[in-house]
Amino acid sequence: MIHFLMKRLLSIIPVLLGISLLLFFMLRMLPGDPAQVLAGQMASPEDVRIIRIQMGLDQPLYIQYGVFLKRLVHLDLGVSARTQNPVIQEIWARLPNTILLALCAITLACLFGIPAGVVAAIRPYSWIDYLVTLASLFGISMPVFWLGLMLMIVFSITLQWLPAGGIGTWKHLVLPSITLASFVVAFIARMTRSCMLEVLSQDYVTTARSKGLKEKVIIVKHALKNALIPIITVVGLQFGLLLGGAVLTETVFAWPGLGRLIVDSILARDYAMIQGSILIFGLLYTLVNLLVDMTYAFVDPRVRYD
Amino acid sequence: MNRSEPPLLSVRNMITSFHTHDGIVNAVNGIDFDIFPGETLGLVGESGCGKSVTAMSVLRLLNPSSATTLGEVIFKGENLLDMTPEKMRLIRGSEISMIFQEPMTSLNPILTVGEQIAESLRLHEKLDQEKAWEKAVQMLKLVQIPSPEIRAGQYPHKLSGGMRQRAMIAMALCCSPCLVFADEPTTALDVTIQAQIIRLLDHLKKGSNMSVVLITHDLGVIARMAARVVVMYAGKVVEEAPVVPLFHDPRHPYTRGLLNSIPVLKNDGQTRLTEIPGIVPNLLHMPEGCSFHPRCSRVMDICTKKSPPMVHFMENRRAACWLVSDE
Ligand SMILES: Nc1ncnc2c1ncn2[C@@H]1O[C@H](COP(=O)(O)OP(=O)(O)O)[C@@H](O)[C@H]1O
Ligand code: SF4
Ligand SMILES: [Mg+2]
Repeated sequence: MIHFLMKRLLSIIPVLLGISLLLFFMLRMLPGDPAQVLAGQMASPEDVRIIRIQMGLDQPLYIQYGVFLKRLVHLDLGVSARTQNPVIQEIWARLPNTILLALCAITLACLFGIPAGVVAAIRPYSWIDYLVTLASLFGISMPVFWLGLMLMIVFSITLQWLPAGGIGTWKHLVLPSITLASFVVAFIARMTRSCMLEVLSQDYVTTARSKGLKEKVIIVKHALKNALIPIITVVGLQFGLLLGGAVLTETVFAWPGLGRLIVDSILARDYAMIQGSILIFGLLYTLVNLLVDMTYAFVDPRVRYD
Repeated sequence: MNRSEPPLLSVRNMITSFHTHDGIVNAVNGIDFDIFPGETLGLVGESGCGKSVTAMSVLRLLNPSSATTLGEVIFKGENLLDMTPEKMRLIRGSEISMIFQEPMTSLNPILTVGEQIAESLRLHEKLDQEKAWEKAVQMLKLVQIPSPEIRAGQYPHKLSGGMRQRAMIAMALCCSPCLVFADEPTTALDVTIQAQIIRLLDHLKKGSNMSVVLITHDLGVIARMAARVVVMYAGKVVEEAPVVPLFHDPRHPYTRGLLNSIPVLKNDGQTRLTEIPGIVPNLLHMPEGCSFHPRCSRVMDICTKKSPPMVHFMENRRAACWLVSDE
């Protein structure tokens, strides 16, 4: 297990290198000049030239990349052109918010999505199955910002139960979590339903029935536990996406997370900031994947990492 | 076998139909048979003739949303088909149990072998955790699995096919049922393992008073274990007889065909003598008259028009064929 873990952790390095390389050159193919953005519309060409030299943008690309890599080794992600703060500090300030929101959303999604999928699979094509299908359809197709705004209008403005935005108490978490979870809950419910249907048709479920076990035991102990193996993969992937895909929710609810930081940085052509935050995403994503693979070993006795 | 006693299980005019996209299919089409305490009944017929569906119908294991079973299944004086689901559930595994064909897929991959036996014991025998585990280990020993204490704690993927089938047998027998359906228990196994499993079943059977319904298309297995044989074709019983008369003097042309296709050992290994020509009829388009007539070498005029009635003869034999009726 330890050996496997070390190997996987080491393998993150080339992945991040790949991301950084792709990112670095793609960013620089974008139209727009960061020095110009930083200097402002009114700046003279001379000012822009000086800023460009200060930022090292006058060097050839491969040298710029080399400098970037050299700093990266020392865990230095550079300085944000927009705020003049170290990138790592900016990210560090927002990362906990992003992770908190994503954790709340994925927990909500599992709490509702898995039971909904199970119930639908137990009685396929019954009214309850159709209800779950319909609700999932809504969840999957509803635009996030629209849902966010509706929730805000109902619960913050009309009923005044919950704050409309910002961060602070658990109350601030409720609406953004629900908004962010809506798609994922639907996705997990669909996935659980199909996995359960598949598992319920397996021979070992018939064996369990032939032993006279209670239906509840058959569903939970014999079927769901087997169905969880593919569900865990989906939950892990969705969690990874939630970490980076919360831009709209963060914008609607003024949630100070990483998603908005990236968007703001892209608009400002803040290269260092974009590179830094996307690299952190890459790192988180690969770590989540590793976590998923490790959970397999606990759920599925056929999986052994030695 | 004790025939002075009333039968343990009586199946009367049982019909099981599936609702499929192409229409209603009668996989079991009005069958009758009895099982007496302590006997081994062979249920034979080509693949697809309704043997598994028969067993699954008796145990009510078919999905009620796609299958309906009509008729009567009288077990210890009660009709299983009328029983509440809860009462039926308590009979499964404790009084009637089943051994399935596929040892590879019939065990739950994420539960230990011991747990899969122990959970039955906790449920039906009300044993506590520890006692149930001990008994599970004992059962594994009984089915001759080496180092049963270790095997009990292992997951099914660590066991070979033959060992899994032994575990499956242990699971089916752990609560001492009085009736066991063994649905092709050896078909999925290697030939040498097959013989071992049959020997084991025979051995376990001899030490108890349970009744066994041995489902197979292998007449060699029947000859070895069964006392009485019911031959099925296309969802119906076509012949029934004690094993010796059946082998020496089969009356139904289908039974004759089956006996002729028993593999005999030749110099070059196993070869089939003859196959019954033709194929099993499509249940959606059953031939008129005797359902075997398109494949029967002795077909007569009447066979294509009227279905032959079941005729009882010689005290304990019966067959449904116009040849028998004419005698
Ligand atoms: N779930 C099902 N839905 C529709 N048809 C089925 C189903 N299960 C079995 N059948 C049909 O019933 C017939 C008998 O099947 P089965 O009892 O499994 O045969 P066998 O004698 O080989 O055990 C077959 O023709 C099969 O196609
Ligand atoms: S009834 Fe006729 S067709 Fe059917 S088995 Fe007998 S002889 Fe053959
Ligand atoms: Mg079968």
